[in-house]
Amino acid sequence: MTTVREEAPAGGTALLEVRHVKKYFPIRKGVLQREVARVHAVDDVSFAVREGETLGLVGESGCGKSTLGRTLVRLLEPTAGEIIFEGQPIQSLGTRRLRPLRREMQMVFQDPYASLNPRKRVGTIVSDPMRIHGIGDREERKRRVGELLDTVGLSPEHYNRFPHEFSGGQRQRIGLARALALRPKLIIADEPVSALDVSIQSQMLNLLEDLQDEFHLTYIFIAHDLGVVRHVSDRIAVMYLGKIVELSPAEELYSRPIMPYTEALLSAVPIPDPDLAEKRERIVLEGDVPSPIDPPSGCRFHPRCRHATDICKEIEPPLVDYGNRHLAACHHPLNADAETLRKVGVA
Amino acid sequence: MGAFLVRRVIGMILVLIAVSFIVYLIFVKIPGGNPADRIAGRTATQANIVAIEHKLGLNHPFVVQWYDMVKALLSGTLISYYDGTNVVGQIKEGLPATFSLCIGAGIIWLFFGILVGTISAATAGRFSDRTITALALVGISLPVAWLGLILRYIFAEGGATSVFPDGGYVPLTQNPVQWLFHLLLPWLTLAVLFIGFYGRVLRSNILDTINEDFVRTAKAKGLSPRRIMVKHVLRASLIPIVTLFGLDFASVLGGGAIITETVYTLHGVGYYAYQSIEAQDLPPLMGVTLYGAAFIVVFSTLVDVAYAYLDPRIRLS
Amino acid sequence: MAEKLLDVSDLKVRFATEDGIVRAVDGVSFELERGKVLGIVGESGSGKSVTAMTLMGLTRGVNARFEGEILYKGTNLLEISDRDMQNYRGNELGMIFQDPMTSLNPVYRIGEQIAEAIRAHDDVDKRRARARAIELLRQVGIPNPDSRVDDFPHQFSGGMRQRAMIAMALSCNPSILIADEPTTALDVTIQAQIVELIGRLKDDFDSAVIFITHDLGVIADIADEIMVMYAGRIVEHGTKRDVFYDPQMPYTWGLLGSIPRLDRPRPERLHTIEGMPPSLINLPEGCKFRPRCPHVLEKCTEEPGLENRVDTPGHLDRCWLDVGFKRGHRDETIAGGSAEAA
Repeated sequence: MTTVREEAPAGGTALLEVRHVKKYFPIRKGVLQREVARVHAVDDVSFAVREGETLGLVGESGCGKSTLGRTLVRLLEPTAGEIIFEGQPIQSLGTRRLRPLRREMQMVFQDPYASLNPRKRVGTIVSDPMRIHGIGDREERKRRVGELLDTVGLSPEHYNRFPHEFSGGQRQRIGLARALALRPKLIIADEPVSALDVSIQSQMLNLLEDLQDEFHLTYIFIAHDLGVVRHVSDRIAVMYLGKIVELSPAEELYSRPIMPYTEALLSAVPIPDPDLAEKRERIVLEGDVPSPIDPPSGCRFHPRCRHATDICKEIEPPLVDYGNRHLAACHHPLNADAETLRKVGVA
Repeated sequence: MGAFLVRRVIGMILVLIAVSFIVYLIFVKIPGGNPADRIAGRTATQANIVAIEHKLGLNHPFVVQWYDMVKALLSGTLISYYDGTNVVGQIKEGLPATFSLCIGAGIIWLFFGILVGTISAATAGRFSDRTITALALVGISLPVAWLGLILRYIFAEGGATSVFPDGGYVPLTQNPVQWLFHLLLPWLTLAVLFIGFYGRVLRSNILDTINEDFVRTAKAKGLSPRRIMVKHVLRASLIPIVTLFGLDFASVLGGGAIITETVYTLHGVGYYAYQSIEAQDLPPLMGVTLYGAAFIVVFSTLVDVAYAYLDPRIRLS
Repeated sequence: MAEKLLDVSDLKVRFATEDGIVRAVDGVSFELERGKVLGIVGESGSGKSVTAMTLMGLTRGVNARFEGEILYKGTNLLEISDRDMQNYRGNELGMIFQDPMTSLNPVYRIGEQIAEAIRAHDDVDKRRARARAIELLRQVGIPNPDSRVDDFPHQFSGGMRQRAMIAMALSCNPSILIADEPTTALDVTIQAQIVELIGRLKDDFDSAVIFITHDLGVIADIADEIMVMYAGRIVEHGTKRDVFYDPQMPYTWGLLGSIPRLDRPRPERLHTIEGMPPSLINLPEGCKFRPRCPHVLEKCTEEPGLENRVDTPGHLDRCWLDVGFKRGHRDETIAGGSAEAA
């Protein structure tokens, strides 16, 4: 049983290829601190991201999306698998060889109040990456910081201020400026707008879009808000308990969800329209997300799935391409007509 | 829990071995002079020195020497080179004084530290808080030796204000009233520093805890302010104090109240340590150090266990 | 006509801070009847949370000044003593908060915390209180309540913790449940469960609900009436249908337009409300939304009163614009076009 792996498609090179990446956290007990169990935070994830595109990564708490994001930039070390950036495997590079690559991949974090060092001035925060990589001299760096602040919609005069003098939205912009300082190719944004008010959120999303065009950036956008993800992404990966259960071009995920979990997720998103809200069929999932320490057998979603049958308990469904690069892992796919089903070989 | 304790016990033993080794190393291997000279102490006679040289077999490997000393200590046969007394015996004799001093002072400083910290926090910003803070800072800054001497001078050495006896220890079993009387000044001297410190720490913890979400929930439930303070705020704020107290108490009990014991001539373990340092007498130093280290290690384990009991989120790993 | 539980008139809450006087709530009036769900929508600094906390008396303190009236079943809650307010809290008015993890005391068991709420207002012994706690946990949908009652908060998942909080808030049968962003910290599937739960319990307990959130999607689900707050004031107030289908405030249009919606095609660019919410210390003259409004008129330097300007009675707003103009121009904002400043 081979899982379909995302190939680097023709017409657009793969900037980042992720192959069977796993990240487990050990749980140790006993006198000798032996590993007795593992948290399967990321459990065999594969995908590719084209240059210039935005891949959205959605899922609920415990699905592993944040862990995956950090593992890709090697803030966490992968337990297994390959991470290939611009054709070069980076998963086991030593610190020195990895360093120049860190300039190409940057991260923006969720909490604007926690991700900026409160004791440093904004100018220092944004120029530090350049200083660390030995780019330019003081004057040049200062000039560049001014440019970056301007790019993200702040004033270069803010150079000497401290983070606490800014609002949440402004701090997020500073975080963005910092991420852009080294002119990276790839930015992994981990829930960059979740902590912001709605009206500020839309400003940030528009800014991210503008920056992507201006600097030819590639984004991996991690979020739990399906509406936000749909707006920014070209393709979206849905994660559940450490695995990708559906990976699809953005619009198709919403019009033609294949995996019941995706369907349930979509139906749970509240719609700001009272009549629609009343009329729509809400699939309310029972219970809580199970623990990633001891995930369910077979298809991990089966305990909560209303279409589950015996096969779902025993065999883990492979990720299958249902056409148009829309992959899903399910024994009872929704929205797939008989012909497609035959083509992909699902009974 | 069982696995935790086993690992801790193993850890303790390793720590004690390491401590004894380091003490011996420092003493013997300090360059310059004949180790035997040093070991024999300041007022040793030539005969002593020769006897020591002979006994230690200074041409034996260092490790063997160390091993012999530790073995002697553990079997209770270790003898002071200075006056030939049995080290373990001397430590035992010092226990009543040290324990009386430390347990008494400990109760006082814990009680008043909590009281002072709570009042200070409850009246934060107002006059009582500022006064307490100032006094606390004074208390923390006063050198114990100086305080002890001053108190003794004013209240004990004869003269109009002399209310207390001038140092010395009276066993509890012999005369309870005098026992108490002799200890009041030493208790005060030892406790002042800690009261100031604990008061400040608790005040800061309480002020942080008051802003926690669960305190807001407690208010929203309609609980009385007193109940909120005691059951919710204090309960959370006291946990770090437990850790502090465990370690501080262990260290003074382990002979760390050297200055207080010396100023008030209480013949406890701390006083014994002081004397051995003056006489540069290795065996008692070894004994006292290991005695102190043992206390700290045991108490630090107790503190961890207590912490896990007080905060159910902590799992002893 | 259902029983009128709450009658708030011209409520003002001011805090004295180092930087100046913060006018957190600046003239809020509304009513609440039994069985109704009032949704309060707003962003940070709108005053929605302060309003809720003031209803509960949780903003009382050295630096707070209050004006106006909060009549609960006829009694003005602003004027009663702290001791009396304590009796209302948890008993007549229950409240749940945003983050259930930090809102529960980590060192006490769930059952103990619920029982504590019960025994604060009812004279029952420990055993009875515990039995009631178990029953409440069952009512809020926690499986195996008899054993889970002795768990600590960290042993519950996020959704279950919020259910436990709800159980605790409802333990003394309050007439009003105030929920301050109860679903914001939860996953979307759990969010749906909690919203459904609150709706069901409102009927079971025959209470009224004040549901505060910034999420318009959630409000569309659960609220009967909606108040939109901005800069400490109500800027729009009407039934759910009024506010969603005939919104009268440019701010409301901005909110509706800024949300990426699943039920509409994806816009080129999300509508944004330019600028930032005003400082509550130095509020601008006239209409508080003026600095950010794309349809500003001369007249807006004078603050509009909260009045009924449309045919639907009860639909109030604070905007001078002509109703016809509004109905003609708002779709460019709400439908999420690329229009920014008009």
